[in-house]
Amino acid sequence: MDTDAVVSFDHVSPEDSHEVHVLAVDDSLVDRKVIERLLKISACKGFFLDGKIAVTAVDSGIRALQFLGLDEQRRTSESDGFVPSLKVDLIITDYCMPEMTGYELLKKIKESSMFREIPVVIMSSENVLPRIDRCLEEGAEDFIVKPVKLSDVKRLKGYMTTKEVKVGSHDRGSGVEINNKRKLEEEEETSDMSSSPPSISTLSSSPSVSSPSSSPTSSPTVLASPIRRLKMSTTD
Amino acid sequence: MTMDVNQLRAKLCEHQSAMFHQGFLDDQFSQLQNLQDESTPDFVLEVVTMFFDDSENLIKNMARCLEQVPADFKQIDAYAHQYKGSSASVGAARVKSVCANFRPFCETKNLDGCMECLQQLQHEYSLLKNHLQYLFKLQKDIKAGGGSFS
Repeated sequence: MDTDAVVSFDHVSPEDSHEVHVLAVDDSLVDRKVIERLLKISACKGFFLDGKIAVTAVDSGIRALQFLGLDEQRRTSESDGFVPSLKVDLIITDYCMPEMTGYELLKKIKESSMFREIPVVIMSSENVLPRIDRCLEEGAEDFIVKPVKLSDVKRLKGYMTTKEVKVGSHDRGSGVEINNKRKLEEEEETSDMSSSPPSISTLSSSPSVSSPSSSPTSSPTVLASPIRRLKMSTTD
Repeated sequence: MTMDVNQLRAKLCEHQSAMFHQGFLDDQFSQLQNLQDESTPDFVLEVVTMFFDDSENLIKNMARCLEQVPADFKQIDAYAHQYKGSSASVGAARVKSVCANFRPFCETKNLDGCMECLQQLQHEYSLLKNHLQYLFKLQKDIKAGGGSFS
C-alpha cells in the first residue's frame, strides 16, 4: 500500500456554509479516487445544494477519527496541521477495512456526542443481510453495494445535514427500500434507479431529526418486505 | 505512417466494443467513462493506472503467500477479496471473476487450486492490461490528430 496520497482533501473554508463536506473512508486507492469523482460530479450536476462540495478521502477508520479529532492520541489540536472541527455533512465508508471496519467506525461516530448527528453511509462489495441490518441498527443511513455508481451517489443528497436540508427518518425507510430494490434489480441489469426519495424541498428546515412522520412511503411493512424478498435472492 | 482521425475513431469503437463483448469490461467501466469530462480529461486513465499498480502488487503478494510453507491461505483470501473489489470498481469483469474463484480453494486449503487460479489471474490481468493500453493509445492518437472521442 503506497504511503503517499493516503489523505487527500480539498480546502474547506468555514465561510462556505453552503458547501457540502464529505468524508470518504476506504482502504482502496482505486475506490477512493472513484468515490471522490462520483461525489464531485454529483455536486456539479446539481444533486447537492449549490453544487459546491469538498471531499476529504482517508484510507482508514483511524485516520477518519483523527480527522474528526476523535482519536485517543490527540491531546492538543495545534501545531500538527490539524484543522479542528471542520463541519462534516456526510461520512461514507467502506465496510471491509483492516484494523478498523466501517462498522466499528460507525459505532465510534454514533457514540460521540459531537459527531453522532453526522449521517454515515456504509459501502460494501458483499451483499450480506445480517451485515446490512447490523449497520442500519447501529445508525447508518444507508448501505450501498459496491461497485458504487452515480445513481447510488445521487441518493446521498437525502442524508445531508446542511441547514437547508434536514431529513426525517422516513428517508431512511425509503433509502433502504430503494437500495434493496436496487440489489434485486441488479441481476436484471436495469438502468439507473430513476425513483429517488420523496422531494426534499417539501420538508421543513427544522434542525432536529424528527421521528418518523406519517409518510406514504415509510411503514414497518414496507421496510420489512424488501428485506424478506432479499433473503430469498441469491447472494455472493 | 499516420492513420487519419476517422480511421482511428473507428478502430477505437471496434476495440472498445470487443472488450465489452468479450467480457473484459462491464458496465462499471462505462460508469467511469461517464465521469470523465473536460475538467478531468484523464480520469479513466488515472484510475486504470492505479488499478494496474494495485494489480501488480496484489498478484505479487499472492504469489509470495503461495510460496510460503505452509501457504498462508487466509492472507491469499484477503488479497483475492481486495483485488475482487478493485477490479469490480473499474469494471474489470474477467479479472473479478477469477478473483472470486479463490475463496473455495482457500477455504479448503487447496494449494493446487490456488496456484491454478493465480495463473489464470496473471493471464487475465495481462490480457486486460494489453487491451486497455491499446485503447488508451488509440485515444491519445485521436487527440493528437486533433480529434475527440466521446
